[in-house]
Amino acid sequence: MGKGWCLFFLFWPVAAVVSCAMAPMVGWSFPYDNAQAASNLGIRIDGLFYLILIVTAIVFVGTQAVLVYALWRGVNNREERATHIHGNHKLELIWSIIPGVILLFLALYQMNIWADFRIKKFYPEVAVKDPIAEVTARQFEWRFRYPAIGKKLQPKPQPDDLYTVNELHVPFGRPVMIQLRSDDVQHSFFLPALRIKQDALPGLQIPVWFEANKEGVYDLVCAELCGWGHYKMKAHVIVESEEDYQNYLKNLTQQQFYDGLGKIAANENDSESEATEK
Amino acid sequence: MSVVHPSPTGLQPILKPQAHHAPGNFITKYIFSTDHKIIAIQFLFTTLLMLIVGGALALAVRWQLAFPWESMPIVGPWLFSAEGGQISPEFYTMLFTMHATVMIFLVIIPILAGTFGNLLIPLMIGADDMAFPKLNMLSYWFMWPAIVCFGMSFTYAGGPAAGWTSYPILADLAQAAPGSGTAQTFWLLGVTFIGFSSMMGSINYMTTIINMRAPGMTFFRLPMTIWGLFITAILQAFALPVLTAGGFMQVTDRLLGTCFFYPSGLVINNAAPTVGGGQPLLWQHLFWFYSHPAVYIMLLPVMGMVSDMLSCMCRKPLFGYKPMIFSMSAIASLGFIVWGHHMYTSGMNPAVGMAFMVATMMIALPSAVKTFNWTATIWGGKVQFNTVTLNCIGFLSMFIVGGLSGIFMAAVPVDVYFHDTYFIVAHFHYVLFGATLFGVFGALHFWFPKMFGRLMNEKLGKTHFVLTFIGANGTFFPMHFLGMQGMPRRYADPYLHGYLEHLLPMNQFMTISAIVMGLAQILLFINIFYSMFFGPKAGRNPWHATTLEWTAASPPPHGNFDVTPIVFHGPNEYAVQNGDRDFLMQTEQECEPPVSQAPDAENQTDNADTDNEQESSS
Repeated sequence: MGKGWCLFFLFWPVAAVVSCAMAPMVGWSFPYDNAQAASNLGIRIDGLFYLILIVTAIVFVGTQAVLVYALWRGVNNREERATHIHGNHKLELIWSIIPGVILLFLALYQMNIWADFRIKKFYPEVAVKDPIAEVTARQFEWRFRYPAIGKKLQPKPQPDDLYTVNELHVPFGRPVMIQLRSDDVQHSFFLPALRIKQDALPGLQIPVWFEANKEGVYDLVCAELCGWGHYKMKAHVIVESEEDYQNYLKNLTQQQFYDGLGKIAANENDSESEATEK
Repeated sequence: MSVVHPSPTGLQPILKPQAHHAPGNFITKYIFSTDHKIIAIQFLFTTLLMLIVGGALALAVRWQLAFPWESMPIVGPWLFSAEGGQISPEFYTMLFTMHATVMIFLVIIPILAGTFGNLLIPLMIGADDMAFPKLNMLSYWFMWPAIVCFGMSFTYAGGPAAGWTSYPILADLAQAAPGSGTAQTFWLLGVTFIGFSSMMGSINYMTTIINMRAPGMTFFRLPMTIWGLFITAILQAFALPVLTAGGFMQVTDRLLGTCFFYPSGLVINNAAPTVGGGQPLLWQHLFWFYSHPAVYIMLLPVMGMVSDMLSCMCRKPLFGYKPMIFSMSAIASLGFIVWGHHMYTSGMNPAVGMAFMVATMMIALPSAVKTFNWTATIWGGKVQFNTVTLNCIGFLSMFIVGGLSGIFMAAVPVDVYFHDTYFIVAHFHYVLFGATLFGVFGALHFWFPKMFGRLMNEKLGKTHFVLTFIGANGTFFPMHFLGMQGMPRRYADPYLHGYLEHLLPMNQFMTISAIVMGLAQILLFINIFYSMFFGPKAGRNPWHATTLEWTAASPPPHGNFDVTPIVFHGPNEYAVQNGDRDFLMQTEQECEPPVSQAPDAENQTDNADTDNEQESSS
């Protein structure tokens, strides 16, 4: 029966490895097309993820295999007594130093990615100079405030600012920055496709930069518990070409400042068809 | 009649005139008892009761994720007749908040420190009882106000709904959510009470271990279990006051209008608090300064117990006894400086994140050392596959998964993606269910004879293990994939979002596994209650183990030992030549059979089998 137990414990790591190996094929991997991040930084983060995955997979397979083998030997041990051994200094040094070196390498290796991601000194200058929008999280929606075309985003709302709810348009191909804030409780700005996540803290304005590298409509969700409606903070980030983005802003301006007189420059249906025509 | 061991070290055996004195009536013996063993049993039954509650809450959470907005079977129509048996989103937030709260504060921490700490510390170090028996009793009775407070919070507007982390502003201002009202105040009071309970326990454990060790029991002869509990007690004593202070600040924010945790200029539910000037980040620092060490509070005692159990079941000395102690101490001390890894996305200074990241990476090292040492303990051993061993291997193989997934979390850029997704949920369930609870199940089978004098049923135990192991892996392993696909935690209905729509079948599979796991626990309860009364009598040392508790009767009388035992060497001396036995009790001198071990009267009747075996060898 002892051997049966060994097989029982062997089954699980095998099942784990098999299911992980087939994960990308059956769509259990990162979300969206080809499981590839929609930002260059995201691709670097994925690279780091796969590096850690390889290291941990080797350790996982190794330790589980040794564990099962040790059990297998232990069951079949025909000796009268087990080995009387209290430890082995050399062995312990080896298995402390090797993981230590690997962990230190992983720690140092990722510093660059983190610095580029978050340390303000390393933010792309273009993005910092001209934040494209202020994102305000509220129970349970996302509000966006763009500056008027040709103007810069001011900390305080301006009379000619543009507003939308639950739909953020950004251009791809250049780094952009948003100012993230919250009006009520804590929320978290989570863009799975771009591997971006940042908590929105009431009382703070947190700059977040990202650079999308392909067009698409991506889900924007809230990752920090913010009350009973947490799950339905549903918004989209629409990544489009620079031209489409500028057109969108123009349309938005027309819609928002339409005084109700004269030609309907931008009623909702028209604006969309106009945008596509252009 | 007590004949004692010779004392070559010049230590005189200490006769204990007070031993075996019977405690008074039923109430002082079984209810307001100051005997550490009875208190341990009280803790055991209370925590097992809470395990049922916590498990039921978990199943309700899983029901909603597998069959969103469908009427809950059996209890649904009865609980929410108004909503047609559906779980409302408000109730759902309460469910996972209370599941975490109950499991952490009322099951895992008290079952480790309360049950096994109480039972084993005096027995394993050769003491009659705890240093402060009355304080010990009080530490158990402080659990009840906590349970009452948590219970009360259910009754106010659906219960607390801010998650077990109780992040402000959600938890700080009553208008933030339906569950942020009085329920949240009761929740905070409950945490404070359970904090008092833990604090009293940890002071008691530290004092007992430092002052009341039997002659010859040096620090480096303590069994690993005691080391685990000792380091845990130190962690508790240093970290817990911070949480208590934070909780108190949150209560004053809520009730007295202070504003430690919320800034000015908020508009919540169309109402604006008139004051402000606080900082929600402050709470996160205070909270995680306790709650990260708490992870080790929930793990270190199990690491200790598994070390002792594995060594016994493989009939081998523990591989690397001192490195194991040092790695435990390293885990504990690093545990104090890594709390920031819960806050990589929180908005604190990102440069600080780097420091926390390096420290967190380094904490993987002692954990790896421990894993290798356990494996090396099995290597070359004579493995006996009983329920205890199975649960220990279950612990080990799930701890490896949980430990390795921790490395992803330590890596800041990767953690940014995984933070608050199901990947995290997978990680801590592998550690807290996979590792801790399997360790606890093993320990329960191992030390059950010391609690009740009888062995647990092997067949039931093995079936329970197999079903639980299958259920646990089936429930928790797919969570890694949910996390990879970006499914956030605490969503009542993730399928609302386009990129998560396809996850429903996977969640249904997990729920079925969870139900299997839940039902398997019935076997555990049957086993406990059946074996308490009808299990085979165990004798003093049914596992042929070496540590001091196995020299006492099963269950030990009030005062534990006939004479204060004298310790001659470290624990886990297996695989030695000692007559026809392969182990050496801590009270025996090396390479010589003990001179005399006269059994007492009870021993002769109760414990015929194993004692005869021991005596024939001596």
